[in-house]
Amino acid sequence: MNQAAPALRWTTFAAPSRFFALSGRMVPWFWVATLAFAAVGLYIGFFVAPTDHQQGESYRIIFIHVPAAWMSMLIYLVMAFWAAWGWILNARMASMYARALAPTGAMFTFVALWTGALWGKPTWGTWWVWDARLTSEFILLLLYIGYIALTEAIDDVRRAANAGALLALVGAVNIPVIYFSVRWWNTLHQGATISATAAPKMASTMLTAMLLMTLSFWAYSFAVVFTRARAIVLEQESDTDWVRATVLGTKEAKR
Amino acid sequence: MIWTSMDAFWHMGGYGLYVWGSYGVTVALMVAEALMARHRVKVARAALVKESNT
Repeated sequence: MNQAAPALRWTTFAAPSRFFALSGRMVPWFWVATLAFAAVGLYIGFFVAPTDHQQGESYRIIFIHVPAAWMSMLIYLVMAFWAAWGWILNARMASMYARALAPTGAMFTFVALWTGALWGKPTWGTWWVWDARLTSEFILLLLYIGYIALTEAIDDVRRAANAGALLALVGAVNIPVIYFSVRWWNTLHQGATISATAAPKMASTMLTAMLLMTLSFWAYSFAVVFTRARAIVLEQESDTDWVRATVLGTKEAKR
Repeated sequence: MIWTSMDAFWHMGGYGLYVWGSYGVTVALMVAEALMARHRVKVARAALVKESNT
């Protein structure tokens, strides 16, 4: 296939062979970014940001709780987008991105729920409550698990991708529900920390730490999702010439 | 400086269990997920190599 490097344009990542070559070079840099942002973010979060006068030190959970919750929603939207793209345009790589995103989204959803429980206990007096925000985030975890189970259960790659896309698109309704739940319903969960219309309700050092951790989680998502997408490409394209050439290339040359 | 000693840092004003329980599980899951993704690439490569040898 097209191993001869074509010009870099938006379709570059649409060809599995080009994705494989480029992502291999990008993944290490995403890891560097992940660790660098986390190092600075955690330093500011634990050594610069002051103690909260209401919650004491327990609030420091926010530096992973909010970024994880954001990533859980963002990854779902990106996953649903690629799943739909792959379904409508019958694009293999798009469907592979969707499947590569799901486990990372599920992981961040669990982290959001877990850190939320550990934050809820000292501040609300309970690990869990079935309020709108917590329940809709829990439904998000079920959607991720359902998507993974469904796509893994169907052997035919094309049919698995299409069935998964349908589930992902229907489930996307849940994302605005999560986001606006604290406004639409009376919830125990506090309102948005940051909104486009109001000044942030927290000290700027706290905000800086939280945004740096978000960048770290974002870079992490790219590193892990790209790595998983590389594995999926090798699995699904194993009978193509370029995969054989890429994986066995050096070996064949020695013979 | 917020923390007067290492003990004060780990104690987290009495919330140590909650704060470190959050961070510990998060880091463990992220590291585990990354290793699993890397392992999956290795397995896929090995399968290709094995297939070509048979």
